Amino acid sequence: MSVHKPTPHDAAALHVTGQARYVDDIPVPANTVHLAFGLSTIAHGRVTAMDLAAVRGAPGVIAVLTADDLPGDNDVSPSLHDEPLLCDGAVHYHGQPLFLVVADSHMAARKAARLGAISYDEEVPVLTIADALERNWRFEKGPRVYAKGDVDAALAQAPHRLSGRIEMGGQEHFYLEGQAALALPQEGGDMVVQSSTQHPTEIQHKVADALAVPMHAVRVETRRMGGGFGGKESQGNALAVACAVAAAATGRPARMRYDRDDDMTITGKRHDFRIDYDVGHDDDGRILAVDFTQYTRCGWAQDLSLPVADRAMLHADNAYLLAHARITSHRLRTNTASATAFRGFGGPQGMVGIERVMDHLAHTLNLDPVTVRRRNYYRAAPPAGATPTATPGPGAAQRFGGAHAPARPAEDSNTTPYHMEVTDFILHEMTDSLLARADYAARKAAVADWNAHHARLKKGIAFSPVKFGISFTLTHLNQAGALVHVYQDGSVHMNHGGTEMGQGLFQKVAQVAASRFGLPLDAVKITATDTGKVPNTSATAASSGSDLNGMAVKAACDTIRDRMAACLAELHQVPPETVRFADGEVQVAAEVLTFAQAAKITYENRVSLSATGFYKTPEVAWDRLAGKGRPFFYFAYGAAITEVVIDTLTGENRILRTDILHDAGASLNPALDMGQIEGGYVQGAGWLTTEELWWDDRGRLRTHAPSTYKIPACSDRPDIFNVALWEGENRAETIYRSKAVGEPPFMLGISAHLALSDACAACGPRYPDLQAPATAEEVLRALRRAGA
Amino acid sequence: MTITFLLNGETVHAQAPDTATLLDWLREGRGLTGTKEGCNEGDCGACTVMVTDEHGPRALNACILFLPQLHGKSVRTVEGLAAPDGSLHPVQKEMVAHHGSQCGFCTPGFVVSMATAHAAGRTDHDDVLAGNLCRCTGYAPIIRAARAAEGAPVPPHLSADLAGPEGVAPPETGAQAPFLPETSDALADWYAANPEATLIAGATDVGLWVTKDLRELAPVAFLNRCADLKEITDQGETLRIGAATPMTDVLAALRPLHPSYAELIRRYGSDQVRNAATIGGNIANGSPIGDNPPALIALGATLHLRQGDARREMPIEDFFLDYGKQDRRPGEFVEAVTLPRSAPALRCYKISKRFDQDISALCGCFNLTVEDDTITRARIAFGGMAGIPKRAAATEAALVGRPWRAETLANAAEALAQDFQPLSDMRASADYRLQAAQGLLPRYFDDLSGRATHVLEVSA
Repeated sequence: MSVHKPTPHDAAALHVTGQARYVDDIPVPANTVHLAFGLSTIAHGRVTAMDLAAVRGAPGVIAVLTADDLPGDNDVSPSLHDEPLLCDGAVHYHGQPLFLVVADSHMAARKAARLGAISYDEEVPVLTIADALERNWRFEKGPRVYAKGDVDAALAQAPHRLSGRIEMGGQEHFYLEGQAALALPQEGGDMVVQSSTQHPTEIQHKVADALAVPMHAVRVETRRMGGGFGGKESQGNALAVACAVAAAATGRPARMRYDRDDDMTITGKRHDFRIDYDVGHDDDGRILAVDFTQYTRCGWAQDLSLPVADRAMLHADNAYLLAHARITSHRLRTNTASATAFRGFGGPQGMVGIERVMDHLAHTLNLDPVTVRRRNYYRAAPPAGATPTATPGPGAAQRFGGAHAPARPAEDSNTTPYHMEVTDFILHEMTDSLLARADYAARKAAVADWNAHHARLKKGIAFSPVKFGISFTLTHLNQAGALVHVYQDGSVHMNHGGTEMGQGLFQKVAQVAASRFGLPLDAVKITATDTGKVPNTSATAASSGSDLNGMAVKAACDTIRDRMAACLAELHQVPPETVRFADGEVQVAAEVLTFAQAAKITYENRVSLSATGFYKTPEVAWDRLAGKGRPFFYFAYGAAITEVVIDTLTGENRILRTDILHDAGASLNPALDMGQIEGGYVQGAGWLTTEELWWDDRGRLRTHAPSTYKIPACSDRPDIFNVALWEGENRAETIYRSKAVGEPPFMLGISAHLALSDACAACGPRYPDLQAPATAEEVLRALRRAGA
Repeated sequence: MTITFLLNGETVHAQAPDTATLLDWLREGRGLTGTKEGCNEGDCGACTVMVTDEHGPRALNACILFLPQLHGKSVRTVEGLAAPDGSLHPVQKEMVAHHGSQCGFCTPGFVVSMATAHAAGRTDHDDVLAGNLCRCTGYAPIIRAARAAEGAPVPPHLSADLAGPEGVAPPETGAQAPFLPETSDALADWYAANPEATLIAGATDVGLWVTKDLRELAPVAFLNRCADLKEITDQGETLRIGAATPMTDVLAALRPLHPSYAELIRRYGSDQVRNAATIGGNIANGSPIGDNPPALIALGATLHLRQGDARREMPIEDFFLDYGKQDRRPGEFVEAVTLPRSAPALRCYKISKRFDQDISALCGCFNLTVEDDTITRARIAFGGMAGIPKRAAATEAALVGRPWRAETLANAAEALAQDFQPLSDMRASADYRLQAAQGLLPRYFDDLSGRATHVLEVSA
């Protein structure tokens, strides 16, 4: 079987030789036009006049389009229809597209785009959380609240109270391949679009609306992205729509890529958050009640901010059983780029909130933070194989309010603040294992000893766990389709709705297909995601790619395999279930055929060798307004220990060692999963350390290039970096009992921030109250707060 | 003009505007799309190419490399690394075997950087790859691949690059052509006659005037062919470094003489940037956050300027007059810098958000002389603390004549606040700049006392 094997990424050989083709690498006809947006130079106000004469007269310019020139919808929003492609008069942020230049080269378009003479009626921008609260600028009418138990009473009765605040910055995706699209006009007004997107169906939808044509007139293809991380879930809409509109207007192919500075200025980033906490606890560090208030800056348009903010609420518990909990979430509108999906999708921010509480609590009680965490963990799952009494069976989608709904769990049961029973909790044993592997106790003592002997440099060490919910919280998105053909030579063409952004989804799904047919991997052709092959797909997001598409491809393959088996069984007069597919061969009765021979026989017997496959995640049911239900099919787990060193004179800091144990279930491909874990950790640590987004008081993002925005470089990875996969299989019935792995490891990076907090705490008597990102500057501030 | 160079083993003659970048020419002109545009400013390395000349192969960022800089050289892109029969280069093979690519977009740049280092037998992989950003892998598998490829033979087909292209004509001259002088004398005459021209040495800054500011530059002169501007001369007590010397060569020359300054240069830009950027360019552009000037000021270096046949020299700190304003006359250029060969007490501290390839929030360089336990001379200079790289005169005064003690250094911190009123910007706040700068005084004392002073020296 191909599954569970550490095979290389399907395109690895193409990557290293430069042959792997991205959107901007696709050869195009010579008459292709190139596009650039003219951008607003203020953050808030109205355009009073646009003099575009100089733009139109610039060398190479073919056309200049404004909102009035668009043939259909002027909207590129994935949600609320509140995001005009081109400014409709209102300016919402600095860098908002105002007009579209169509030119004969990329450079000509960029040059011309700067020549617009725009007059504004400028208003004071609303930039910060405080600004937005003062103006009551928000999405949804008021804050959303999820609650469990009686928080106010439990807080009032608690022997001890602890309160505080943590602010955490956003994060630029910095996918190495910037946003890009290409539109090729077809006969009869049809359009083919190549897009670097995680969501081809949405591109198709937005392009169709923009051109005022049915979706069947638009076909979108995506072979691969040069990184996505959530930044290409909705942010590619503008370029694809612009290309389609320009191609329709000129009758020529249209291509667009953002220059990096434009990309970072125009597109959304991770939401920044402020989280206030009020905790009631006992002497031993057990949390009796917690009241979180989450504030998030959504930027100017709604985009995906509601589900992001929901997921932050859904991860406010992380790994901890909270008897009484309330999470209040404010989704604030500001004159900044519209914040969007980013790996973890709010989960990391929610998790930072509770991990901060654990850290603060341990410091207050002078307890080892690991001890405090373990005292608050959810209860362990029953041993694998035991009948989990609380796990609902098929049909559980109706358990809440439905005829078969069980009684509401008692408050001391193992439920989340959103009333979902946690039945697969494995962090007790994972924590034991990681503490032993990483030699935590001895190293903790060694760090204390080192600190006692060093005045200027101090070390810190910290542990943090991850429990991450897997499924789209918008339940209907939990579906996928596939299309598989077997040709008469036995080769297989595989297609599904997932997109490849480097995570190795295509390889994993190909391993599934090869395994179903008993074929070697090279018999399966991986093909570009194509809305003409598999329709109505969900974004490749929420870590769901292999769970959903693996199952859909399995279904398609099994349909064909069963047809082949039935055909051959009839010819040999044996039961179909006796036909065996393995090692590239098909055994039927006493005869052994090659797979190719079997395919040819099936074809000649006039049996279809093409099938679709479909999958929908069972058992999920979620009421996001009430905050009740089962939003997740299962949880993925992980744990990390990070050791750091800081300089108390300058705040400079560095990761020295990281140990990780992560749960990918029965991994479909351990090598690819290790890659997600290592990469996710470094990206998560970057978010909380060097990656700082900085706006000036006019709302201009001044960190809009890699010269000023610092993602981790090679030497920033831990010197010692031990990563292991937890040996186990998913208790939920996923594809080959694997678990989703795209997002969960990102949050292992929280341990780096906690280790920095530990190092700061070694320098003074008070809690350092370290904020994020913990740049050198922030570490120095925290040292002052600690009383260093 | 026609630029002739060897491209993946084949001599090519390129016709392109003076400031056409190699990256655009490869992708748009040749259909060689393996070399990627990631940032178009030399910070991500996705466009890395291997360029071979008389100094051997070096990695450069193609996005800010103008075609005239390549005349007579050899260029190898990712498409030219595998052997003609298709067999992979050792670093390519190991990148596949160790899962070093995920999305693959940065991979061509990584592979070219790795192959260039591999050809030179380098194993300082973190330094080699400091200028290649990857957002997927966390770098660990890439380093595993680089280690695995160590010691594998260099594929023989790459040796063609050492020979260079065939039939290289001398650079064209004339009003329409960019000026490519072969000597500083020729440059001096031309620049005196064309004082409005832009001089391009490594193009790590001027490149961005084209790719980001979208400026038209004309007339231009490319300095890279002036061999006499790249000389490093041992003058006994002093070292004279020609202005067009790439920082890579400056680093090599300073390593044995000034290890702390060398460590500063190791963190200056990246391998690709240091292979292009010149010491003269870093001085002449007058940036308040260039890293060479504070070190050179602390060393008491002398700057040599030339205008036509007229030459003058000055203490380097006098060159920086005000923000964006230097003591440089029309048609005058930086010819060289002279610095003492010995300065055992020189220490250079660069503070930035990220250790590698980041512009300094501040850079402090210290050079104190202690005789009989008393500080007798002090040269302290900072970048990032004012509109120009500047000496800390009040701090120096607070130190000279005082005993060499930890308290002396600590007490001088107040004087630093008289010397500098830094700005707040995206790299750091004014408060932080001053506090961190003050923290460098006790660090300097610890450093000279032999204690570990930097987080980069610590391991788990």
